[in-house]
Amino acid sequence: MSSESETETEIQTLPLDAWHRGKGARMVPFAGYAMPIQYAADHGGGIVAEHEWTREHAGLFDVSHMGQLMVTGENAAAALETLVPGAIASLKPGRVRYTLLLNEDGGVIDDLMVTNATPWIDGDEETGTEGHWGEPAYYLVVNGATKWDDIGHLREHLPDDVTLTHMDEQALIALQGPQAAAALTRVMRGVPESLVFMQSTTHDFGEWPLRVTRSGYTGEDGFEISVPAEFAQGLADRLCAEIEVRPAGLGARDSLRLEAGLPLYGHDMDENIDPVSADLTFALTKKRRETGGWMGHEPVAKVLEQGPEQKRVGLILEGRLPAREGAEVFVGDRQVGRITSGGFSPTLGHPIAMAYIDADHTGEGTALEVAVRNKRLAAKVAPMPFVPHRYYRGS
Amino acid sequence: MPRYFTDEHEWIDVDGDNATVGITDYAQSQLGDIVFVELPETGSQVSKGKDAAVVESVKAASDVYAPITGEVLESNPALDDDPALVNSSPEDEGWFFKLAIADKAELEGLMDAAAYKAFCDSL
Repeated sequence: MSSESETETEIQTLPLDAWHRGKGARMVPFAGYAMPIQYAADHGGGIVAEHEWTREHAGLFDVSHMGQLMVTGENAAAALETLVPGAIASLKPGRVRYTLLLNEDGGVIDDLMVTNATPWIDGDEETGTEGHWGEPAYYLVVNGATKWDDIGHLREHLPDDVTLTHMDEQALIALQGPQAAAALTRVMRGVPESLVFMQSTTHDFGEWPLRVTRSGYTGEDGFEISVPAEFAQGLADRLCAEIEVRPAGLGARDSLRLEAGLPLYGHDMDENIDPVSADLTFALTKKRRETGGWMGHEPVAKVLEQGPEQKRVGLILEGRLPAREGAEVFVGDRQVGRITSGGFSPTLGHPIAMAYIDADHTGEGTALEVAVRNKRLAAKVAPMPFVPHRYYRGS
Repeated sequence: MPRYFTDEHEWIDVDGDNATVGITDYAQSQLGDIVFVELPETGSQVSKGKDAAVVESVKAASDVYAPITGEVLESNPALDDDPALVNSSPEDEGWFFKLAIADKAELEGLMDAAAYKAFCDSL
Protein backbone atom coordinates (compact mmCIF):
# COMPACT_ATOMS: atom_id res chain seq x y z
CA MET A 1 0.00 0.00 0.00
CA SER A 2 1.04 3.53 -0.52
CA SER A 3 1.21 4.66 3.06
CA GLU A 4 4.55 5.75 4.38
CA SER A 5 5.91 4.22 7.49
CA GLU A 6 7.52 6.31 10.18
CA THR A 7 10.69 4.55 11.10
CA GLU A 8 12.40 7.56 12.65
CA THR A 9 10.17 7.53 15.72
CA GLU A 10 9.70 4.74 18.19
CA ILE A 11 6.93 2.41 17.06
CA GLN A 12 4.18 2.12 19.65
CA THR A 13 1.69 -0.68 20.13
CA LEU A 14 -2.09 -0.35 20.16
CA PRO A 15 -4.56 -2.10 22.52
CA LEU A 16 -5.33 -4.88 20.03
CA ASP A 17 -1.67 -5.65 19.20
CA ALA A 18 -1.68 -9.16 20.69
CA TRP A 19 -5.11 -9.87 19.21
CA HIS A 20 -3.80 -9.10 15.70
CA ARG A 21 -0.68 -11.21 16.17
CA GLY A 22 -2.83 -14.08 17.40
CA LYS A 23 -4.59 -14.01 14.03
CA GLY A 24 -1.32 -14.18 12.15
CA ALA A 25 -1.32 -10.51 11.19
CA ARG A 26 1.69 -9.09 9.42
CA MET A 27 2.41 -5.94 11.41
CA VAL A 28 3.88 -2.83 9.79
CA PRO A 29 4.69 0.62 11.16
CA PHE A 30 1.95 3.12 10.29
CA ALA A 31 1.38 6.57 11.81
CA GLY A 32 3.87 5.66 14.54
CA TYR A 33 2.11 2.43 15.53
CA ALA A 34 2.50 -1.24 14.72
CA MET A 35 -0.60 -1.97 12.63
CA PRO A 36 -1.87 -5.09 10.83
CA ILE A 37 -1.52 -4.81 7.06
CA GLN A 38 -3.14 -8.22 6.48
CA TYR A 39 -3.95 -11.42 8.33
CA ALA A 40 -2.75 -14.97 7.76
CA ALA A 41 -4.43 -17.04 5.06
CA ASP A 42 -5.71 -19.59 7.61
CA HIS A 43 -7.70 -16.77 9.21
CA GLY A 44 -9.27 -15.87 5.86
CA GLY A 45 -6.56 -13.26 5.36
CA GLY A 46 -4.78 -11.70 2.39
CA ILE A 47 -5.49 -8.23 1.05
CA VAL A 48 -7.81 -9.34 -1.76
CA ALA A 49 -9.60 -11.91 0.42
CA GLU A 50 -10.16 -9.31 3.16
CA HIS A 51 -11.23 -6.73 0.59
CA GLU A 52 -13.76 -9.07 -1.01
CA TRP A 53 -15.00 -10.32 2.36
CA THR A 54 -15.70 -6.72 3.40
CA ARG A 55 -17.56 -5.97 0.13
CA GLU A 56 -19.69 -9.11 0.53
CA HIS A 57 -19.95 -9.63 4.30
CA ALA A 58 -18.30 -7.56 7.05
CA GLY A 59 -14.68 -6.70 7.84
CA LEU A 60 -13.45 -5.65 11.28
CA PHE A 61 -10.75 -2.97 11.14
CA ASP A 62 -8.70 -1.74 14.08
CA VAL A 63 -8.37 2.01 13.59
CA SER A 64 -7.23 2.79 17.12
CA HIS A 65 -4.32 4.79 15.72
CA MET A 66 -6.78 7.55 14.86
CA GLY A 67 -7.11 10.50 17.21
CA GLN A 68 -10.29 10.70 19.27
CA LEU A 69 -10.86 14.14 20.75
CA MET A 70 -13.66 15.77 22.73
CA VAL A 71 -14.29 19.50 22.55
CA THR A 72 -16.62 20.75 25.29
CA GLY A 73 -17.98 24.05 26.52
CA GLU A 74 -20.95 26.39 25.99
CA ASN A 75 -19.05 28.04 23.12
CA ALA A 76 -17.63 24.84 21.64
CA ALA A 77 -19.61 24.97 18.39
CA ALA A 78 -18.85 28.61 17.70
CA ALA A 79 -15.17 28.05 18.50
CA LEU A 80 -14.93 25.03 16.19
CA GLU A 81 -16.63 27.01 13.42
CA THR A 82 -13.69 29.43 13.41
CA LEU A 83 -11.39 26.51 12.47
CA VAL A 84 -13.49 24.40 10.06
CA PRO A 85 -15.54 25.37 6.97
CA GLY A 86 -18.47 23.12 7.90
CA ALA A 87 -21.55 24.15 9.90
CA ILE A 88 -21.17 22.89 13.46
CA ALA A 89 -23.65 25.07 15.34
CA SER A 90 -26.55 23.65 13.31
CA LEU A 91 -25.39 20.04 13.75
CA LYS A 92 -28.01 18.34 15.94
CA PRO A 93 -27.07 16.01 18.81
CA GLY A 94 -26.27 12.56 17.45
CA ARG A 95 -25.45 13.87 13.96
CA VAL A 96 -22.07 13.53 12.27
CA ARG A 97 -20.39 15.78 9.72
CA TYR A 98 -17.24 15.37 7.62
CA THR A 99 -15.16 18.53 7.74
CA LEU A 100 -11.63 19.91 7.43
CA LEU A 101 -9.07 21.74 9.50
CA LEU A 102 -7.60 24.44 7.27
CA ASN A 103 -4.57 26.68 7.75
CA GLU A 104 -4.39 30.43 7.04
CA ASP A 105 -3.52 29.73 3.40
CA GLY A 106 -6.54 27.47 2.94
CA GLY A 107 -4.41 24.30 2.93
CA VAL A 108 -5.82 21.16 4.49
CA ILE A 109 -4.25 20.40 7.90
CA ASP A 110 -6.46 17.35 8.28
CA ASP A 111 -9.84 15.89 7.43
CA LEU A 112 -12.04 14.72 10.26
CA MET A 113 -15.45 13.60 11.47
CA VAL A 114 -17.28 15.81 13.95
CA THR A 115 -20.16 14.37 16.00
CA ASN A 116 -22.42 16.45 18.19
CA ALA A 117 -21.99 14.33 21.33
CA THR A 118 -23.90 16.63 23.67
CA PRO A 119 -25.41 14.38 26.35
CA TRP A 120 -29.11 14.28 27.18
CA ILE A 121 -29.70 14.68 30.92
CA ASP A 122 -32.81 12.80 32.04
CA GLY A 123 -35.36 14.64 34.13
CA ASP A 124 -36.33 13.62 37.61
CA GLU A 125 -40.07 13.43 38.38
CA GLU A 126 -39.55 13.54 42.12
CA THR A 127 -37.65 16.79 42.12
CA GLY A 128 -39.65 18.06 39.16
CA THR A 129 -36.61 18.77 36.97
CA GLU A 130 -37.19 18.29 33.28
CA GLY A 131 -34.92 16.47 30.90
CA HIS A 132 -32.48 18.75 29.08
CA TRP A 133 -29.32 18.81 26.99
CA GLY A 134 -26.08 18.91 28.97
CA GLU A 135 -22.94 20.90 28.24
CA PRO A 136 -22.28 21.01 24.48
CA ALA A 137 -19.74 18.38 23.46
CA TYR A 138 -18.22 17.57 20.06
CA TYR A 139 -16.46 14.28 19.38
CA LEU A 140 -13.75 14.54 16.73
CA VAL A 141 -12.05 11.65 14.94
CA VAL A 142 -8.85 12.77 13.19
CA ASN A 143 -6.10 10.98 11.28
CA GLY A 144 -3.50 9.06 13.26
CA ALA A 145 -0.48 10.55 11.52
CA THR A 146 -1.68 14.12 12.07
CA LYS A 147 -3.34 13.93 15.48
CA TRP A 148 -0.50 15.53 17.44
CA ASP A 149 -0.35 18.49 15.06
CA ASP A 150 -4.14 18.74 15.17
CA ILE A 151 -4.11 18.84 18.96
CA GLY A 152 -1.47 21.57 18.88
CA HIS A 153 -3.47 23.57 16.34
CA LEU A 154 -6.71 23.22 18.33
CA ARG A 155 -5.04 24.09 21.64
CA GLU A 156 -3.51 27.18 20.07
CA HIS A 157 -6.75 28.47 18.56
CA LEU A 158 -9.59 27.31 20.81
CA PRO A 159 -10.51 29.89 23.48
CA ASP A 160 -9.86 29.18 27.15
CA ASP A 161 -13.52 28.50 27.97
CA VAL A 162 -13.53 25.53 25.56
CA THR A 163 -11.92 22.30 26.76
CA LEU A 164 -10.05 19.88 24.49
CA THR A 165 -9.63 16.31 25.73
CA HIS A 166 -7.51 13.71 23.96
CA MET A 167 -9.33 10.42 24.55
CA ASP A 168 -6.13 8.42 24.34
CA GLU A 169 -7.51 5.59 26.47
CA GLN A 170 -10.07 4.75 23.77
CA ALA A 171 -9.68 2.19 21.00
CA LEU A 172 -11.63 2.50 17.76
CA ILE A 173 -13.02 -0.49 15.85
CA ALA A 174 -14.66 -0.18 12.44
CA LEU A 175 -17.13 -2.85 11.32
CA GLN A 176 -17.72 -2.40 7.60
CA GLY A 177 -19.73 -4.22 4.97
CA PRO A 178 -23.26 -5.02 3.80
CA GLN A 179 -23.71 -7.53 6.65
CA ALA A 180 -22.26 -5.27 9.37
CA ALA A 181 -25.69 -4.23 10.63
CA ALA A 182 -26.97 -7.82 10.73
CA ALA A 183 -23.96 -8.90 12.75
CA LEU A 184 -24.00 -5.91 15.08
CA THR A 185 -27.69 -6.18 15.90
CA ARG A 186 -27.16 -9.73 17.11
CA VAL A 187 -24.53 -8.40 19.50
CA MET A 188 -26.26 -5.14 20.44
CA ARG A 189 -29.95 -5.46 19.81
CA GLY A 190 -31.56 -2.32 18.46
CA VAL A 191 -28.39 -0.26 18.10
CA PRO A 192 -27.92 -0.48 14.30
CA GLU A 193 -31.64 0.12 13.78
CA SER A 194 -31.44 3.37 15.75
CA LEU A 195 -28.91 4.88 13.34
CA VAL A 196 -28.67 5.84 9.68
CA PHE A 197 -25.50 6.92 7.88
CA MET A 198 -23.75 9.77 9.72
CA GLN A 199 -25.59 9.32 13.00
CA SER A 200 -24.02 8.43 16.32
CA THR A 201 -25.15 7.23 19.74
CA THR A 202 -23.76 6.10 23.06
CA HIS A 203 -24.52 2.55 24.16
CA ASP A 204 -23.71 0.73 27.37
CA PHE A 205 -22.85 -2.82 26.36
CA GLY A 206 -22.89 -4.45 29.77
CA GLU A 207 -20.20 -2.54 31.61
CA TRP A 208 -18.57 -1.25 28.45
CA PRO A 209 -19.52 2.33 27.61
CA LEU A 210 -19.41 2.57 23.81
CA ARG A 211 -20.00 5.22 21.18
CA VAL A 212 -21.40 3.72 17.99
CA THR A 213 -21.39 5.78 14.79
CA ARG A 214 -22.80 4.66 11.44
CA SER A 215 -19.93 5.72 9.19
CA GLY A 216 -16.74 4.41 7.71
CA TYR A 217 -14.03 4.55 5.08
CA THR A 218 -14.91 1.70 2.72
CA GLY A 219 -17.98 2.99 0.87
CA GLU A 220 -20.03 0.25 2.54
CA ASP A 221 -22.63 0.48 5.27
CA GLY A 222 -20.91 0.11 8.61
CA PHE A 223 -20.11 1.32 12.08
CA GLU A 224 -17.23 2.80 14.00
CA ILE A 225 -17.22 1.84 17.67
CA SER A 226 -15.23 3.77 20.24
CA VAL A 227 -14.44 1.53 23.22
CA PRO A 228 -12.23 1.93 26.30
CA ALA A 229 -8.86 0.30 25.50
CA GLU A 230 -9.24 -2.30 28.27
CA PHE A 231 -12.40 -3.70 26.64
CA ALA A 232 -11.22 -3.50 23.02
CA GLN A 233 -10.14 -7.12 22.79
CA GLY A 234 -13.39 -8.34 24.31
CA LEU A 235 -15.38 -6.34 21.81
CA ALA A 236 -13.25 -7.46 18.85
CA ASP A 237 -13.69 -11.11 19.90
CA ARG A 238 -17.41 -10.66 20.42
CA LEU A 239 -17.84 -9.15 16.93
CA CYS A 240 -15.58 -11.69 15.22
CA ALA A 241 -17.64 -14.48 16.78
CA GLU A 242 -20.40 -13.52 14.33
CA ILE A 243 -20.34 -15.59 11.16
CA GLU A 244 -20.33 -12.50 8.91
CA VAL A 245 -17.29 -10.86 10.51
CA ARG A 246 -13.60 -11.38 9.77
CA PRO A 247 -10.65 -9.13 10.59
CA ALA A 248 -9.34 -6.93 7.77
CA GLY A 249 -6.08 -4.99 7.70
CA LEU A 250 -4.69 -1.72 6.41
CA GLY A 251 -4.07 -3.18 2.95
CA ALA A 252 -7.77 -3.89 2.36
CA ARG A 253 -8.70 -0.60 4.01
CA ASP A 254 -6.58 1.22 1.42
CA SER A 255 -7.93 -0.64 -1.61
CA LEU A 256 -11.52 -0.28 -0.34
CA ARG A 257 -11.27 3.46 0.25
CA LEU A 258 -9.60 3.94 -3.14
CA GLU A 259 -12.49 2.16 -4.88
CA ALA A 260 -14.88 4.33 -2.84
CA GLY A 261 -13.11 7.47 -4.12
CA LEU A 262 -12.28 8.58 -0.58
CA PRO A 263 -9.07 10.60 -0.33
CA LEU A 264 -6.27 9.63 2.07
CA TYR A 265 -4.75 12.51 4.02
CA GLY A 266 -1.04 13.03 3.36
CA HIS A 267 -1.38 11.46 -0.09
CA ASP A 268 -4.48 12.82 -1.84
CA MET A 269 -4.42 16.13 0.00
CA ASP A 270 -2.15 17.93 2.42
CA GLU A 271 -1.45 21.35 3.90
CA ASN A 272 -0.38 22.75 0.52
CA ILE A 273 -3.66 21.83 -1.20
CA ASP A 274 -6.94 23.69 -0.82
CA PRO A 275 -10.24 21.83 -0.48
CA VAL A 276 -11.57 22.98 -3.86
CA SER A 277 -8.60 21.50 -5.73
CA ALA A 278 -8.98 18.37 -3.58
CA ASP A 279 -12.59 18.04 -4.81
CA LEU A 280 -13.84 18.43 -1.24
CA THR A 281 -16.02 21.47 -1.96
CA PHE A 282 -18.98 19.52 -0.53
CA ALA A 283 -17.31 19.89 2.90
CA LEU A 284 -17.61 23.69 2.65
CA THR A 285 -21.09 24.38 4.00
CA LYS A 286 -22.82 26.51 1.33
CA LYS A 287 -23.85 29.37 3.56
CA ARG A 288 -20.44 29.56 5.20
CA ARG A 289 -18.71 29.87 1.79
CA GLU A 290 -20.12 33.43 1.71
CA THR A 291 -20.27 34.34 5.37
CA GLY A 292 -16.77 33.08 6.11
CA GLY A 293 -15.49 33.38 9.65
CA TRP A 294 -13.27 30.28 9.32
CA MET A 295 -9.53 30.04 8.99
CA GLY A 296 -8.47 29.96 5.35
CA HIS A 297 -11.76 31.38 4.06
CA GLU A 298 -10.26 34.15 1.96
CA PRO A 299 -7.82 32.07 -0.10
CA VAL A 300 -10.38 29.26 -0.47
CA ALA A 301 -13.08 31.72 -1.60
CA LYS A 302 -10.67 32.94 -4.26
CA VAL A 303 -10.17 29.41 -5.60
CA LEU A 304 -13.94 28.86 -5.53
CA GLU A 305 -14.44 31.99 -7.61
CA GLN A 306 -11.59 31.53 -10.08
CA GLY A 307 -11.61 27.73 -10.24
CA PRO A 308 -8.66 25.53 -9.28
CA GLU A 309 -5.57 25.16 -11.50
CA GLN A 310 -5.49 21.42 -10.82
CA LYS A 311 -8.18 19.13 -9.53
CA ARG A 312 -8.28 15.72 -7.88
CA VAL A 313 -9.97 13.30 -10.27
CA GLY A 314 -10.36 9.57 -10.72
CA LEU A 315 -8.51 7.66 -13.45
CA ILE A 316 -9.25 4.25 -14.91
CA LEU A 317 -6.24 2.59 -16.51
CA GLU A 318 -6.24 0.17 -19.43
CA GLY A 319 -4.58 -3.20 -18.94
CA ARG A 320 -3.56 -4.69 -15.61
CA LEU A 321 -0.44 -2.75 -14.65
CA PRO A 322 -1.22 -0.42 -11.71
CA ALA A 323 0.19 3.10 -11.51
CA ARG A 324 1.23 4.14 -8.01
CA GLU A 325 1.59 7.38 -6.10
CA GLY A 326 4.02 9.73 -7.84
CA ALA A 327 3.46 8.44 -11.39
CA GLU A 328 3.37 11.33 -13.88
CA VAL A 329 0.37 11.89 -16.13
CA PHE A 330 0.73 13.15 -19.69
CA VAL A 331 -1.17 14.47 -22.69
CA GLY A 332 1.26 13.84 -25.53
CA ASP A 333 4.61 15.23 -24.35
CA ARG A 334 3.09 17.60 -21.83
CA GLN A 335 2.88 16.60 -18.20
CA VAL A 336 -0.58 17.53 -16.93
CA GLY A 337 -0.54 15.95 -13.51
CA ARG A 338 0.54 13.33 -11.05
CA ILE A 339 -1.02 10.30 -9.37
CA THR A 340 -1.50 10.55 -5.61
CA SER A 341 -3.06 7.11 -4.93
CA GLY A 342 -3.22 4.17 -7.23
CA GLY A 343 -3.61 0.45 -7.25
CA PHE A 344 -5.39 -2.54 -8.62
CA SER A 345 -9.11 -2.63 -7.90
CA PRO A 346 -10.06 -6.12 -6.72
CA THR A 347 -13.77 -5.39 -7.24
CA LEU A 348 -13.40 -4.05 -10.79
CA GLY A 349 -10.47 -6.18 -11.93
CA HIS A 350 -8.42 -3.31 -13.36
CA PRO A 351 -6.16 -0.54 -12.04
CA ILE A 352 -7.65 2.71 -10.71
CA ALA A 353 -6.06 5.87 -9.37
CA MET A 354 -6.60 9.34 -8.01
CA ALA A 355 -4.59 12.11 -9.59
CA TYR A 356 -4.19 15.87 -9.61
CA ILE A 357 -4.68 16.97 -13.20
CA ASP A 358 -4.60 20.40 -14.87
CA ALA A 359 -8.19 21.65 -14.79
CA ASP A 360 -8.53 21.79 -18.60
CA HIS A 361 -7.96 18.02 -18.81
CA THR A 362 -10.35 16.90 -16.08
CA GLY A 363 -13.52 16.35 -18.13
CA GLU A 364 -15.03 12.90 -17.72
CA GLY A 365 -13.63 10.55 -20.34
CA THR A 366 -10.57 12.71 -21.15
CA ALA A 367 -7.84 10.45 -22.57
CA LEU A 368 -4.53 10.67 -20.70
CA GLU A 369 -1.33 8.64 -20.43
CA VAL A 370 0.42 7.55 -17.25
CA ALA A 371 4.16 6.91 -17.18
CA VAL A 372 5.11 3.75 -15.29
CA ARG A 373 8.77 2.80 -15.59
CA ASN A 374 9.41 2.76 -19.37
CA LYS A 375 5.76 2.38 -20.34
CA ARG A 376 2.94 4.77 -21.19
CA LEU A 377 -0.37 3.44 -19.94
CA ALA A 378 -3.64 4.62 -21.49
CA ALA A 379 -5.98 6.12 -18.91
CA LYS A 380 -9.17 8.11 -18.87
CA VAL A 381 -10.77 10.47 -16.38
CA ALA A 382 -13.56 8.65 -14.57
CA PRO A 383 -16.20 9.68 -12.06
CA MET A 384 -15.73 8.66 -8.43
CA PRO A 385 -16.64 6.60 -6.53
CA PHE A 386 -15.31 3.83 -8.77
CA VAL A 387 -17.47 1.36 -6.83
CA PRO A 388 -20.85 2.79 -5.77
CA HIS A 389 -21.33 3.72 -2.11
CA ARG A 390 -23.87 1.61 -0.25
CA TYR A 391 -24.45 3.72 2.84
CA TYR A 392 -27.65 3.08 4.80
CA ARG A 393 -29.75 6.22 4.70
CA GLY A 394 -33.02 4.70 5.94
CA SER A 395 -35.62 2.47 4.36
CA MET B 1 17.92 -30.79 -12.89
CA PRO B 2 19.54 -28.92 -10.00
CA ARG B 3 17.64 -26.02 -8.46
CA TYR B 4 19.36 -23.12 -6.73
CA PHE B 5 18.03 -20.23 -4.67
CA THR B 6 19.10 -16.65 -3.97
CA ASP B 7 18.80 -14.63 -0.78
CA GLU B 8 16.39 -12.37 -2.74
CA HIS B 9 14.01 -15.35 -2.98
CA GLU B 10 14.42 -16.25 -6.65
CA TRP B 11 14.83 -19.86 -7.76
CA ILE B 12 16.77 -21.06 -10.81
CA ASP B 13 16.57 -24.48 -12.47
CA VAL B 14 19.65 -25.31 -14.46
CA ASP B 15 19.25 -27.52 -17.56
CA GLY B 16 22.53 -27.77 -19.44
CA ASP B 17 23.42 -24.29 -20.74
CA ASN B 18 19.97 -22.87 -20.07
CA ALA B 19 18.04 -22.05 -16.92
CA THR B 20 14.51 -21.20 -15.79
CA VAL B 21 13.93 -18.46 -13.20
CA GLY B 22 11.02 -17.70 -10.88
CA ILE B 23 10.28 -16.51 -7.36
CA THR B 24 9.86 -18.79 -4.38
CA ASP B 25 6.75 -19.70 -2.45
CA TYR B 26 8.11 -17.66 0.44
CA ALA B 27 8.43 -14.61 -1.86
CA GLN B 28 4.89 -14.89 -3.21
CA SER B 29 3.48 -15.27 0.31
CA GLN B 30 5.27 -12.08 1.35
CA LEU B 31 4.12 -10.16 -1.73
CA GLY B 32 0.47 -11.16 -1.45
CA ASP B 33 -2.00 -11.12 -4.31
CA ILE B 34 -0.12 -10.55 -7.56
CA VAL B 35 -1.98 -8.60 -10.23
CA PHE B 36 0.70 -8.01 -12.87
CA VAL B 37 4.15 -9.29 -13.80
CA GLU B 38 6.44 -7.29 -16.05
CA LEU B 39 8.84 -9.70 -17.74
CA PRO B 40 12.08 -9.08 -19.68
CA GLU B 41 11.88 -9.21 -23.45
CA THR B 42 13.21 -12.16 -25.39
CA GLY B 43 16.75 -11.41 -26.52
CA SER B 44 17.43 -8.91 -23.75
CA GLN B 45 20.38 -9.31 -21.39
CA VAL B 46 19.94 -9.67 -17.66
CA SER B 47 22.79 -9.32 -15.19
CA LYS B 48 23.35 -11.18 -11.95
CA GLY B 49 21.82 -9.26 -9.05
CA LYS B 50 20.26 -6.60 -11.31
CA ASP B 51 16.57 -5.88 -12.02
CA ALA B 52 15.08 -8.39 -14.42
CA ALA B 53 11.33 -8.28 -13.77
CA VAL B 54 8.76 -6.39 -11.71
CA VAL B 55 5.98 -7.97 -9.69
CA GLU B 56 2.97 -5.80 -8.90
CA SER B 57 0.89 -6.95 -5.98
CA VAL B 58 -2.24 -5.20 -4.76
CA LYS B 59 0.07 -3.62 -2.20
CA ALA B 60 3.16 -2.51 -4.09
CA ALA B 61 5.60 -3.00 -6.94
CA SER B 62 8.63 -5.20 -6.22
CA ASP B 63 11.75 -5.83 -8.28
CA VAL B 64 12.85 -9.33 -9.17
CA TYR B 65 16.59 -9.76 -9.72
CA ALA B 66 18.39 -12.05 -12.13
CA PRO B 67 20.13 -14.83 -10.16
CA ILE B 68 22.82 -15.03 -12.85
CA THR B 69 23.80 -13.22 -16.04
CA GLY B 70 22.42 -14.34 -19.39
CA GLU B 71 20.31 -13.72 -22.45
CA VAL B 72 16.56 -14.08 -22.10
CA LEU B 73 15.27 -16.89 -24.33
CA GLU B 74 11.60 -16.75 -23.39
CA SER B 75 9.26 -15.15 -20.88
CA ASN B 76 6.30 -17.08 -19.46
CA PRO B 77 3.34 -16.08 -21.67
CA ALA B 78 0.85 -17.55 -19.17
CA LEU B 79 1.61 -14.74 -16.70
CA ASP B 80 0.15 -12.13 -19.07
CA ASP B 81 -3.31 -13.61 -18.74
CA ASP B 82 -3.04 -15.05 -15.27
CA PRO B 83 -0.46 -13.31 -13.05
CA ALA B 84 -2.03 -15.05 -10.03
CA LEU B 85 -0.21 -18.21 -11.22
CA VAL B 86 2.73 -16.77 -9.30
CA ASN B 87 0.64 -17.12 -6.13
CA SER B 88 -0.88 -20.50 -6.90
CA SER B 89 2.14 -22.22 -8.47
CA PRO B 90 5.22 -20.06 -7.82
CA GLU B 91 7.82 -22.77 -8.27
CA ASP B 92 6.27 -24.50 -11.28
CA GLU B 93 3.66 -22.97 -13.64
CA GLY B 94 4.39 -19.46 -12.40
CA TRP B 95 7.97 -19.38 -13.75
CA PHE B 96 9.17 -15.97 -15.02
CA PHE B 97 11.74 -16.45 -17.81
CA LYS B 98 14.29 -18.80 -19.34
CA LEU B 99 17.81 -17.67 -20.10
CA ALA B 100 21.02 -18.83 -21.75
CA ILE B 101 23.62 -18.97 -18.99
CA ALA B 102 26.57 -16.66 -19.67
CA ASP B 103 28.89 -17.98 -16.98
CA LYS B 104 28.22 -21.14 -15.00
CA ALA B 105 30.68 -20.04 -12.34
CA GLU B 106 28.02 -17.56 -11.20
CA LEU B 107 25.97 -20.50 -9.91
CA GLU B 108 28.52 -20.98 -7.18
CA GLY B 109 27.44 -19.26 -4.04
CA LEU B 110 23.73 -19.79 -4.67
CA MET B 111 21.86 -21.87 -2.10
CA ASP B 112 20.50 -25.37 -2.52
CA ALA B 113 17.03 -26.27 -1.25
CA ALA B 114 18.19 -27.20 2.25
CA ALA B 115 20.27 -24.04 2.65
CA TYR B 116 17.43 -21.89 1.36
CA LYS B 117 14.95 -23.47 3.77
CA ALA B 118 17.32 -22.79 6.66
CA PHE B 119 17.71 -19.21 5.37
CA CYS B 120 13.90 -18.66 5.32
CA ASP B 121 13.52 -20.20 8.77
CA SER B 122 16.05 -17.67 10.07
CA LEU B 123 14.02 -14.69 8.77
